[in-house]
Amino acid sequence: MYHTHKEIELAERHTLSIIVDNEAGVLARVIGLFSGRGYNIEHLTVAPVDLSGKESRITVVTVGTPHVIEQIKAQLDRLVPVHRVADLTESGPHVERELALIKVHCNNGEQQAALRIAEAFRAKTVDSSFDSYIFEVTGKTEKIRAFIKLMEDAGLVEAVRTGVAALTRGSEGL
Amino acid sequence: MSGKEFSGAEIIINSLVDLGVEVIFGYPGGAVLPLYDALYGQDKIRHILVRHEQAAVHAAEGYARSTGKPGVVLVTSGPGATNAVTGLTDAMLDSIPVICLTGQVPSHLIGSDAFQEADTVGITRHCTKHNYLVRDVDQLSRIVHEAYYVATSGRPGPVVIDIPKDIQIFTSSISHSGAIKHRSYQPEVKGDIDSIRQAVSLMVGAKKPIFYTGGGVINSGPAAAQLLREIVQLTGAPITSTLMGLGAYPASDRQFLGMLGMHGTYEANHAMHDCDVMICVGARFDDRVTGRLEAFSPNSRKIHIDIDRSSINKTVRVDVPIVGDVAHVLEDMLKIWKATILENASQSYDDWWAQIEGWRERDCLKYRTSDDVIMPQYALERLQELTKDKDVYFTTEVGQHQMWAAQFLKFEDPNRWMTSGGLGTMGYGFPAAIGVQIAHPDALVIDVAGEASIQMNIQELGTAIQYGLPVKIFILNNEYMGMVRQWQELNHGGRYSQSYSDSLPDFIALAKSYGGHGILVDKPADVDAAIKEMIETKGLVIVDCRVEKLANCFPMVPSGAAHNEMILPDDDEAGNENKQEFKGGAALV
Repeated sequence: MYHTHKEIELAERHTLSIIVDNEAGVLARVIGLFSGRGYNIEHLTVAPVDLSGKESRITVVTVGTPHVIEQIKAQLDRLVPVHRVADLTESGPHVERELALIKVHCNNGEQQAALRIAEAFRAKTVDSSFDSYIFEVTGKTEKIRAFIKLMEDAGLVEAVRTGVAALTRGSEGL
Repeated sequence: MSGKEFSGAEIIINSLVDLGVEVIFGYPGGAVLPLYDALYGQDKIRHILVRHEQAAVHAAEGYARSTGKPGVVLVTSGPGATNAVTGLTDAMLDSIPVICLTGQVPSHLIGSDAFQEADTVGITRHCTKHNYLVRDVDQLSRIVHEAYYVATSGRPGPVVIDIPKDIQIFTSSISHSGAIKHRSYQPEVKGDIDSIRQAVSLMVGAKKPIFYTGGGVINSGPAAAQLLREIVQLTGAPITSTLMGLGAYPASDRQFLGMLGMHGTYEANHAMHDCDVMICVGARFDDRVTGRLEAFSPNSRKIHIDIDRSSINKTVRVDVPIVGDVAHVLEDMLKIWKATILENASQSYDDWWAQIEGWRERDCLKYRTSDDVIMPQYALERLQELTKDKDVYFTTEVGQHQMWAAQFLKFEDPNRWMTSGGLGTMGYGFPAAIGVQIAHPDALVIDVAGEASIQMNIQELGTAIQYGLPVKIFILNNEYMGMVRQWQELNHGGRYSQSYSDSLPDFIALAKSYGGHGILVDKPADVDAAIKEMIETKGLVIVDCRVEKLANCFPMVPSGAAHNEMILPDDDEAGNENKQEFKGGAALV
């Protein structure tokens, strides 16, 4: 007897840049909006970006139908400490980068493979012990995923990722 | 900007005075003692002591809704703040400007689970437009001014300022005065002129237009209601209103089709369903208005004027979105309409009106009359008739009586109708009436209530008596949570689970015990006398109006149905051939 509404649009992945006042609770406000209204967060990056520390830049990668993405932007835009919201996916070409640290514990034989793969991915070795490495790798999300996947067979212990940071290409700013 | 040193508490009071605040609704407690000390012995701000913090917020809402000014609330930390949460959420959903000052434990105790500590900014983040935790007494004056600006600008809403007790005691010489320019929050009030032109050209080409207006018109101010009247009359198009928008357009005018939505009129809902151009003004396509979304007004082009961009395309796709303040947009729209219509032949909607008059003839609000039992609709018709020439304000609680009041009371002007629309808060009406009466001491203020809702804030009888407020509580007593019972009858096989109002108080004795006056009426022939006695009695009055117990509120669009699938009043005398049974699904939400 209960009527349910089905979405028929397909979900898309969008990268949003949000400039906010760097005040207490601002991140909770943004995240709370996503959880309170049932939106997804795939990646979240936040840090103050101007030298005075008054403004922070939040980068959110979210997944939703075009209708939901539109709502997310409108809802973010009306939060009081939000200055600007930009949809990088919609506004054209942009650069996305993520940084990851990956710790591997290598047995004999795995060591060479790990170093070879790290070189191919232009990863830096930032820590090393007799039988372990920590690699630092930057790139698009797909590259990071591929690197971690390969390291699974080379004694992967743990990995940590920063989430996506992104800027539009060209001379224009947000 | 600087000079004499004041305590944080004094800075708050001075800032509120600077902003023109005259009344605070509040309840004292440990964490706000310095603030109450600053209130003591000053005469610029009047403090109204409520009996429960939820009621303080509703009273502030009633004050705000009836004056156009923001309501101000002062409560203590912990339970004071959590008790206010329902009121804040109510103000959030109905876009009512409220500034709520909450006490907080001293700064160094925050996070230690101190006595009466609650994470107020955390708890209220989702039920306020914005909130602040004050960490520096030098920021206090700016924050109070900023909170006022945020609460009253753009789409209004509640703002919480959480003030630790030490901040109230520390001193500062920094104080702001007058308006404040906000760093990031600057809502646009002017609508995009090209979009308005596009809207007018759609309207000019329409054969079956309709205005669908909401609480945004009232929030925009008296000019908006005036401009709305002008443009509706100039176009000659029909107009319907949401629950929140009643009074923006005079109910007595022929072009007004009554309220739309779940308990709206047959003519309003059918006109919405069949129109070709819909002009939505300050309304938000609430689920109680649209019914089943896929079947909502399927063949119309839609224009949507709203100051909140997130309201546009939220649930219903519109063709011409206009982000802006209603008064500003309507002013431009009127100018363009006048210029456009000069170039075109004058509009005629004769066929459209003929169709509407056909729906009107169905007389959807007709009910079975009785000489033995008071029908709730009859009581409200008489209340309307006997108060129509008076300076009257109505508030309601939530349920059947609220919908009947929306159907049978006729509002000619804005700000005369206070009801909990979005949140549907039982217990709203009586404290809201107190707030209205504080703002309009000589007016007739009536809370149309049900016997269940009124008990949710009945403790406010003490507040009304203390301040000599002659609020009239008109209880339509059917001994049931009527709307719950109605849904149980329609959707749950008549199994009246927990919806009977057992062990009711003697409302007459209750009124007397507080020092008010009680009137019992249970015969249709006595209704007029009871209402007259209520109006003529100087002080607080409770009317216990015993009505038909099992009456249902119709027309009704069942949840999950379309506008043209209404259940109409069960008219025994005329037979049942016109009755439309709803066969689809219904969801109790």
